[in-house]
Amino acid sequence: MTGWNFIRLYTIAVYLFMFLPVAVVVLLSFNSSQFGSFPMEGLSFRWFIELWNNDAIVRAFRISLLLAALTAIISTVLGILAALALVRYRFPGKNTITTLLIAPILIPEVVLAVALLLFLRWLSLPRSFLVLLLGHVIFTLPFVLLVVQARLVAIKPEYEEAARSLGANPVQTFFAVTLPLLLPAVFAGMLFAFTISFDDITGTMFWKPGGVETVPTQIFAMLRHSISPEINALGTVMIVVTVLLPLIGMAVARRLAATRR
Amino acid sequence: MGETSGAARPWILLSPALATVAFLLVVPVLFIVVYSFWLRTSAGGEIPGFHLDNWQLVFSDPFYRDILLSTLKIAAITTVLCAVLGYIPAYFIAMSETRHKTLLLLLLILPFWISYIIRTMSWINILGSSGALNTALMGLGITSEPIQMLYNETTVILGLAHFLLPFMVLNVYVSLDAIDRNLLDASRSLGASNLQTFREVTLPLSLPGLAAGGLLCFVLAAGTYITPLVLGGPRDAMFANLVFEAVITQLNWPLGSALSIVLLVVLGSVVMVYNRLAGLGQIAKSFG
Repeated sequence: MTGWNFIRLYTIAVYLFMFLPVAVVVLLSFNSSQFGSFPMEGLSFRWFIELWNNDAIVRAFRISLLLAALTAIISTVLGILAALALVRYRFPGKNTITTLLIAPILIPEVVLAVALLLFLRWLSLPRSFLVLLLGHVIFTLPFVLLVVQARLVAIKPEYEEAARSLGANPVQTFFAVTLPLLLPAVFAGMLFAFTISFDDITGTMFWKPGGVETVPTQIFAMLRHSISPEINALGTVMIVVTVLLPLIGMAVARRLAATRR
Repeated sequence: MGETSGAARPWILLSPALATVAFLLVVPVLFIVVYSFWLRTSAGGEIPGFHLDNWQLVFSDPFYRDILLSTLKIAAITTVLCAVLGYIPAYFIAMSETRHKTLLLLLLILPFWISYIIRTMSWINILGSSGALNTALMGLGITSEPIQMLYNETTVILGLAHFLLPFMVLNVYVSLDAIDRNLLDASRSLGASNLQTFREVTLPLSLPGLAAGGLLCFVLAAGTYITPLVLGGPRDAMFANLVFEAVITQLNWPLGSALSIVLLVVLGSVVMVYNRLAGLGQIAKSFG
């Protein structure tokens, strides 16, 4: 089985390629040296403390969290409603509508960003938090839709039919039957939207008003000067937020799914 | 609560999402098509109308054509690199019978969640003049001065491949995992070697996943402007950088519109060709 051993080694090498650079960011963020680079002089939390005392970064963090949370809520609500229609009902033009709703991921984000920015500007809506939010909603919507749709297909309509035949109206049926069964996907979709929004830079650079920074654009701006240990520390915090949060979320979703069974 | 008629219900459910996409995507894209025919005056105003000046500039200036071609080249190399790097790990996870399959899968999905800008800038820590590699080389006495490894086309491709690899691995994995194992057993019992089985059965059946991953890598790579700004030199601008320059720096919105449409049409045709050959449904499978 030398072939399989080769495959195993190759896989390990690719995983190292994927994770090593990120691991170096985390490692360097604990470097006590005043330069954001090798050699490591000692372990310290000083860069995290410095982050905490850096007003610009704290502000960027607040904006990013608020933006991602609002994006996740709006996208998920829109996504659930649309998924219900697409999975549970028959109507003409369904394929076209599906394609239309998925379109934001088929169109390059730069083009989407330019189109939305210039159109809203033409409507005299300048770059603002609202434009940022609208932009984030439009390109996270397809992801939520796909996640919720995939789960909804797996939920038998018989449960809903049973509720209806017992006299529940469609809204009652949704809240008493469909939504609880759909909860893991709702969670997953929300987290998906949250992290995509929290991490976005391509569209955000177009939409953000002057002086307002999200965490990624703040990192980008800091990179223009030089790579300081603060950036590595900020990167570590970003990794914790975008990796740990979904992991916790997945665990919660699994718990929820398990207790329902 | 009044009962709405059954036929109207799906449209009520769809209307918020459809309105959002129509108003924030369809209309804006149509708008920039119109906008690209307007003129930008030196005073900073705009002249509405039907002027071909922007399009004439885009099509006649070799600068734009050259950057478009080099963007497509970078995207193509990145896609091939992702396929070469990504196929084997996907195969390993799909075919292995270890108890750690869940963990391997989790590791596979994990990079999706790690920030794009962090993963991109992490290469500065590796390849920069005081990065890991140069520190190691100098420590070993191989070189006395740091070697300039960053800020060229190669590092742009490296950063893009590092960012896009999970898309490839996931799509290939999904198609490999769906293969009926009986087919592989049948092939082997009929006397085919492992390599023959792979070439005749596994590889053809995984092509839809490879194509879906390839499409995502290509389109996402060709539309990026952050990676060249972080890891490229001043001469490594990609097409999306031109769009950003025109819209944000020069404030020449009609020209930026025209350039955006060029990018949309070029990448849109790639998606269209793929859709004709394979169907977009394959990509949706990764979300299951």
